[in-house]
Order: sequence, then C-alpha cells, then structure tokens
Amino acid sequence: MRKSRAALKNPEQEVRIFRNRSLLAVALVILLSGCLVARLVYLQIVQHEVFTTRSESNRVRVEPLPPTRGLIYDRNGRLLAENRPTYNLTIVPERVDDLDVTLDLLVDILELPDEEAAVFRKRAYQRQRPYQPALLMSELDERQIARLAVNRYRLPGVEVEGQLLRYYPDPMLMSHVLGYVGRINVEELADLDGGDYAGTHFIGKTGVEKQYEAQLHGDAGLRQVETNARGRVLRELGRSDPEPGKDIVLTIDERLQQLAYDLLDGRRGSIVAIDPPTGEILAMASSPGFNSNLFVTGISYDDYRALREDLDLPLYNRAIRGQYPPASTVKPFMALAGLANGEITPQKTIYDPGYYKLPEHSRRYHNWLRWGHGRVDMHRAIEVSNDTYFFNLAHLLGIDALSSFMHRFGFGEQTSYDVHGASQGLMPSREWKRERRNQVWFPGETLSVGIGQGYWLATPLQMATAMSVLANRGEWVTPHLARKVGDEIVTPPPAKEDIELANDDWWNLVNRALEDVMTGHEGTARRAGQGLEYRMAGKSGTAQVFTLDNDERYNADELEERLHDHALFTAFAPIDEPRIAVAVVIENAGGGSSHAAPLARQLVDAWLLPDSEALDEAEDEIVQREDHEPSR
Amino acid sequence: MNRHDSAMLHYPRRASVRRRRTLWSRIHIDPWLSGLLLVLLVAGLVVLYSASGQRMSVVIAQASRFGIALVAMVVLAQLSPKTLCRWSPVLYGGGLAMLVAVEVMGDIGMGAQRWLEIPGVVRFQPSELMKLAMPMMVAAYLQRQVLPPRLRDILVCALIMAVPVMLIAKQPDLGTSLLVACAGLFVVLLAGLSWRLIGCLVVLVGAALPLLWINMHAYQRQRVLTFLNPESDPLGAGWNIIQSTTAIGSGGLTGKGWTLGTQSQLEFLPERHTDFIVAVLGEEFGLVGMLLVLTLYLLIVGRGLLMANGAHDTYGRLVAGSIILTFFIYVFVNIGMVSGILPIVGVPLPLVSFGGTSSVTLMAGFGILMSIHSHRRLLPR
Repeated sequence: MRKSRAALKNPEQEVRIFRNRSLLAVALVILLSGCLVARLVYLQIVQHEVFTTRSESNRVRVEPLPPTRGLIYDRNGRLLAENRPTYNLTIVPERVDDLDVTLDLLVDILELPDEEAAVFRKRAYQRQRPYQPALLMSELDERQIARLAVNRYRLPGVEVEGQLLRYYPDPMLMSHVLGYVGRINVEELADLDGGDYAGTHFIGKTGVEKQYEAQLHGDAGLRQVETNARGRVLRELGRSDPEPGKDIVLTIDERLQQLAYDLLDGRRGSIVAIDPPTGEILAMASSPGFNSNLFVTGISYDDYRALREDLDLPLYNRAIRGQYPPASTVKPFMALAGLANGEITPQKTIYDPGYYKLPEHSRRYHNWLRWGHGRVDMHRAIEVSNDTYFFNLAHLLGIDALSSFMHRFGFGEQTSYDVHGASQGLMPSREWKRERRNQVWFPGETLSVGIGQGYWLATPLQMATAMSVLANRGEWVTPHLARKVGDEIVTPPPAKEDIELANDDWWNLVNRALEDVMTGHEGTARRAGQGLEYRMAGKSGTAQVFTLDNDERYNADELEERLHDHALFTAFAPIDEPRIAVAVVIENAGGGSSHAAPLARQLVDAWLLPDSEALDEAEDEIVQREDHEPSR
Repeated sequence: MNRHDSAMLHYPRRASVRRRRTLWSRIHIDPWLSGLLLVLLVAGLVVLYSASGQRMSVVIAQASRFGIALVAMVVLAQLSPKTLCRWSPVLYGGGLAMLVAVEVMGDIGMGAQRWLEIPGVVRFQPSELMKLAMPMMVAAYLQRQVLPPRLRDILVCALIMAVPVMLIAKQPDLGTSLLVACAGLFVVLLAGLSWRLIGCLVVLVGAALPLLWINMHAYQRQRVLTFLNPESDPLGAGWNIIQSTTAIGSGGLTGKGWTLGTQSQLEFLPERHTDFIVAVLGEEFGLVGMLLVLTLYLLIVGRGLLMANGAHDTYGRLVAGSIILTFFIYVFVNIGMVSGILPIVGVPLPLVSFGGTSSVTLMAGFGILMSIHSHRRLLPR
C-alpha cells in the first residue's frame, strides 16, 4: 500500500509546485517588507518633526525656579518678615505600584493615627491631571523628614519637597503694616505674568506685602531638566538663576510700634507716628491685631470665622481705614483757615455764653462747657478747646472756604505714598452733598464741620499727616512706609503744595496755643503735659459716636460702651525742631484729653528723651517673645 | 557515517559536483548563511548594549547564549535530513507532552504559564521546541503522501497543527502560537495546498475571528483595542505603542547616535531590550540603520529560500521553506507591532532581542536548514 503510494509520487511536479509557491512567498516577503519600509519612511522622514517634538517634550521639562521673596526689616534692621524652609509630602499616584499600600506605609512611617490614611487617600485621589503631584501633608517636622529619607527606597513616587514659607516673627503688632502673603487665587492669577509666577505659590495680599509685591517677588529663573519616564530628574541641561526679590527696610521702628501697640492695650484704636521732616511713618499701630501667619498657608475656616465675627474687628486696619470724626483736633487748622482767609485776627475775641446761635435762628449750638468760657480769643479758644469760637469762625468762613483750606492739609485726600489701602476720609463740601446725597448744604452743618464733627471723617494717618504739616509750618512731606527698597532710598515727591501763609508768625501763634494745651493753666491736656522736658504741641478731641438731641446731655454711664465717645489726641514735638507727630484714636474711650493724651505723651517721651527706657523695654519684649516662639 | 558512505557508492557523481565539495560542505555549514547570521548577531549585540542601558553583563549573557545557539546550529547541521525526518514524530510527541505538562503544572511567569523547569538543571519553554517540531512533523507526514495534498491529508495536518497551537494559545502566548501555526501552515502551503482550499481557509479564519475575540483574555483584547486607537489610553495600554513610534520617528534618517537615544536611555520605552529593541535601533541609528538591518534579514531569508529550493527531497524542501518563512514572519510581526501597524503580540526581534530560548531555537532551525542544504547530494532523487 505504502509502496504503491510512493510510486505515485511525482518528484518533478513536487519541485515545480514548491518553486511556484516559493516564488509566491518571495513576492509576499517583498510586499510585506515594502509595508515595513513604507511605515518606517512615514515615521522617520515624513513625521520626523512631530516625533522629535514629542520626544523632546517627553524628556525635557522646563522647571520654573521661583525667586526668594525679599525680606522686610524695620528701620533699625530688625527682621519683620522672613522666609522659613518647610517641607511638604507629595505623591504622584501614577508612579506608585499600589497606592493604598504606599499610603498605609506612609502613615506607618510618620506614626500618624490611622484616620490619616483615609485623609491621605482622599487627597491622593482628588487631583485634576495625571502625573500631577498630590499634596499629602505640609510642614513636616525634622523627625518625619528623616524617617521618610530612610524609607525612601520603599516609596517610589513619594517626594518630600522643600518650600520657603513667609513667616512673621511679630504678627500681632505688625500685621496691619506688613499685611500678609497668601496663596495666589484665580483672579490674581489672571492678572499675573504667568512666566514670572510659574513656580510661585504666594502673593502679597495686603499691606507692604501687597504694595511692594513687584519688588519683593523678584524674577523667576528657569531650569531645563532631563527626566526619565518616572519623572525623576536625571540631569540639568541649562538654567537661568532667579533674581531674588528686593529686601525692604521700613520707616517703622519696631520698638515704637511695640510701645504703641502696648499703649493701646488691646482696646480698639490706633496710633500713628510720623517723622515730620521726612514723612517717614515711625509707627502705625492698629489694635487689636491678628496673627498674620495664619493666612500664609491658608487660614482654616474656623480661625477665619473667629476673626470675622470678632466684634473688635481685628482684621480692620484702623490706622488707615478707620474713619473718625477728627473732632476738636481740627481746631488749630480752623484757626489757620480763619487767619488765612482774614475772618479773624489773633487778637479778636468773642463772648461765649455757652452756646452759639446762627443769626436769625433759634437753635443753640452748645459749647462742651455748658456755662461757657466767657471772653475768648484765638489762643484761649484753642487752649480750652472752645466750641463757640469755632462755631462762629466756621460760620464766618462758610463751608466752601473751610473745605478747600482743609484739603491743603490732606483732609479728604489720600496723600500717603505707599500705604496700601489707605482711605481718603471725607472732607464734606457743598458739591459733595449735592452729588452724593442730592441735598443742599445747610448753614448749621457748617458749624458741626467747624468743630470736626458732622460729615467730616479722617483716618488716624490723615490726622498725623496734617499734624506733620503743621509741625513743618506748612511744608509738605509725604507719609511713607518704605525707607529702602533694595539699595534704593525711597524719596517720595511731596504729595501736595506747601502751605504758605501771609504772615509766617501765624504758625507760631497756633503752635504756642497748642503748647498751652499741654502746659497752660487752662490747657485741656495739662494733666498729660505735666513735667514735660521739651516743648510739645498737642490737641485733644472727643468725637461723638451719635448725635445728641439738642437738649440731651451726654452721660457715659447711661450709654452702651460702643456708643461712648472716641478719644482723640494729636501732637507733635519738639515745637522748634519737630521730630515726631502723633495721632492717637481710642474708640469709645471717652474724652480725648484724659484717655488719649497720656498715650501720646508716653510715646513722644519714649521717642525724644534720651534717658527714656520705654523703647529698651519694648525691645526686650520683642526679643523675649521671639525667643519663646516655638521653632517650626 | 558509514551509512552515508555506503549510500554514496550507489550514486555516481559528476566531476563538477566533486569540485564543489569544499571544506564548508564537509562540515555541513553554509558559509553565506553563517556569515550573514554572524553579522546579524554582532549587530544585535551592539544594539543590545545600548538598549540594556549599557550593561555589559546583559551583553555577555546574550553572547553566551549565542554561543550555545551556534553549537546547536552546528550540531543539527551534522544530522542528515533523513534522521531528522525519522525523529520528527518523536520530537513532536515529546513537545506535545511537555505542553500538556506545562498546562498542568507549569510555572507562572509573566502572568502566563510557559515555562517547564527541572529544578537546577534546565528551564525552558516547550512552545519554543514546537516552533521546530511543528513544521518537521507536518513535513514528515506530507513526505509520505502524494503531493499536492488531498483534503484528507489537509485535515490530518490541521489536526497536527491545531492541538499544540491551542495549547500554546491557552498559556496564553498569542505571539508564539501564531508563529507555531505559521510554521505548520507554511509547510502545507509550500506543499501545494490548492487555491480553492486556501480560499476556504481565509473564509474560515474570518468566521473564527469573533470566536477568537470571545475567548481572548482581557489584556489581549485590550492590546487589540489599543492597537486600533493608542491615543485612547496614552498612559495605560497605549503607552507602549506611543513611546515606541515616538522613538522610531524621532530617530529620523540617521538617528540620534549609539547610546544617545533619549526615548530608550531615559526609560520611556517599555521592554526596550526585549520585544521593543527595534525601537532603540530606529531611534539611535535612524532609517539608515533600520534599512540595513532589514536588508540583512532579507538576505538571510533570500539565502534560506535558495537553500530550500536546492533541497532534494520533499521533507527537506518543506521544512527548510517553512523555517525560513517563519523567520521572516518573526521579523515582520515584531517590526510591524513596534512601529504600530500590527497589534502588540509578544514576538521578539529574532536574534537581536534579549532572550535565550528563542535564539537557540532559531539557530537550531538554521542548523536544520544547513543540514538539508549540505546533505542534498547524498539523498536519493
């Protein structure tokens, strides 16, 4: 059987078939090879550019190098805002084999309570983009960093990233001056130069941090790095170093600031002190303060609510945004207005029966002393803070002249150079009332304005500024907070034209009257002025929080504390060679001469008296507090 | 030897034939094929050095396997095709038994049961053996039949092929089962399978495709889907193909230079020294390098086909033809999948990809080819 089959085999035919088939195979091989060649030509020649780009972007990553934020010092070189290194724990889930196991391992390594694993899991899974690191934990302590470093080989995809965080050593007293930095939000992002802020997470939100953001931030650098598929940086291909932000030296003296803050003693209020020859703001305290460090990494909801709901409004910068009726502190400026406009002479007197009546009106405008001061001239009117004299003067001036003269002292205007968010207050005028209230001006309203009440509102900064101009005898300086930005000395141009009076002696007359406020036998602040070792000019003010009916009398005991009068005091010293101008406002404290004047006196004493130990004590307080600050 | 000598006496030789019996044919080695293979092996080691991240240890390991592979080639070349033909059923049966054994107790390696291990002695993949045993078995069967094969023969061949292919596919090792099936199929095709039957086969395969889809593992389906649209999952299943085409494409005409391929050196390429090594070649040596290597492969295939055509009996022709065409399919499938025109199946680039068993099998195959070629005058016509 097998043999017969074999006999039927036809070797010739088999060879022919094989040859045909293998020729076919050759054709097939050539065809398929042609496909491969075509594909390779397509990839390597036609699409070469596309793939080169893709390959480059695969391996080369441009990493922004954020600049180091500039530091902020006080005028004596004491550090007010610094950058502290902190460490964050991040994870890239794509680079982890088993995310849950790794997270459990992390909780184990960091010795955290087990609930943290759940928190970690939540954070690790809530990212937007693949390969984006998820922040698991911020501000790791040194022990945790060490433990992570030892276990690093077990934790692919887990990184400890260093970051500099803004830190304010003395947040409570400096918070309103410095402001704070916080995470960049969506609106800010839209306005920013994306390149410069690519690696920056924080931006100045308020205060000096906001005002000098551009200088403090610096310029970002770049580095091109080659990474492998796991995102690990293998080597640096090139870099341009970041330009660190400029350091800023403030005009603030932290010792004086500390003293001012201590004097306010947690009460609602503000103290502003200016160096009259230069306009440098020496102290700008607003009380109560707040802990600005809380805002840096993002304040917790509870902390923020506590600050927002605090009735004392700690977030409110009273020094530059608190608008108070300047009250009797405006009387020296009123007197100057009267002299300049020729409505009064220094010698001219009026008789004060205890009230003032507009001609052909029956309404009485009472002097603060119900029975009146009798016959008063300009000097005595200022010394005893007589209201009747200034009602009369205001009437003589009229609102238009009054208002425009007060603008020359910066009332109703924002005259500071670099104080972020400073309010312009309100200097009322006929036009203002028509535009804003759509009402005509009543003569009686001029009388209120004449004693710094009514619509007139001013910030403590404005009061101190006006006092500086007065101390300078009309020469304008611009209040400012920065003394040096980098190596450049800040010299702001004058905010306004100097005030020139027809008779230069009028400055002396008004200043002498202000001196008698402190030392005269009738001076309202004579108790605060006892034992003065230099010539000090001062003026008290008591601002009504609400209007009394005509025949009502103010009785502190019957009123709620928050309806009590604001205590005000403005001063400068020494009169001949002014070195400090001060404005003190304490909300709802009562009379300015008894509650605000002593504070101004202590502050000026500390600044002027060489043997005063107040500043040294303030410095000790600062040093001690910083020493006790737990290191992070 | 004696047997061969005695056989020679019966067949008088022509003078020209006597002259051609050189040293090479005495040792049963084909100088052309050996030369081409050696060039390919050296080129492969050069690429492997770069692809392994410049680890000399990997190159040495590969080179030593090449040594074993060359020995296997030389040894097999000495055996006469007649011996091979006689032993084919034994080889096939043994391979089949081992496949079953793997199925029953095989190791788990790379998520698939492929390895058979006699601890401390040897550890290999029975499916590799099947790559050679399959065409040998089919050819040995057809050798005894009148060609072109009739339907009954085809059915027998189909049975011979189907059992091991299904066992291998079940491991699961799609790539190898495909190559084993090809090896068997090529024998039948070269034997003269009628066009009508080829047509039927195509229809049958078409009909079987949905069935295949249903029986595929999830990851195999994923591979097919990813092949159709790699961008659908760029960081997952599509990663491999995107990175490999990027590597090849960025190589351009002349490449980025040896060991300078960023895609491969920076670990963007997966399995860069095994299945995807051709992407390293493409990236570092460019189109020029790719064409050179492809030409080398085609020269080997061409030489192999010539040798197959010179064989003097049916068994030799069929086995040689099948081995060399399967070799080409290896090349085509590997480059095709890495360059993104074929779905990713685990097929290495022959004699270049890192991996011992496959190079030994391939070189053993070339040994058989040389045996068939060099023993042709000694066989009855």
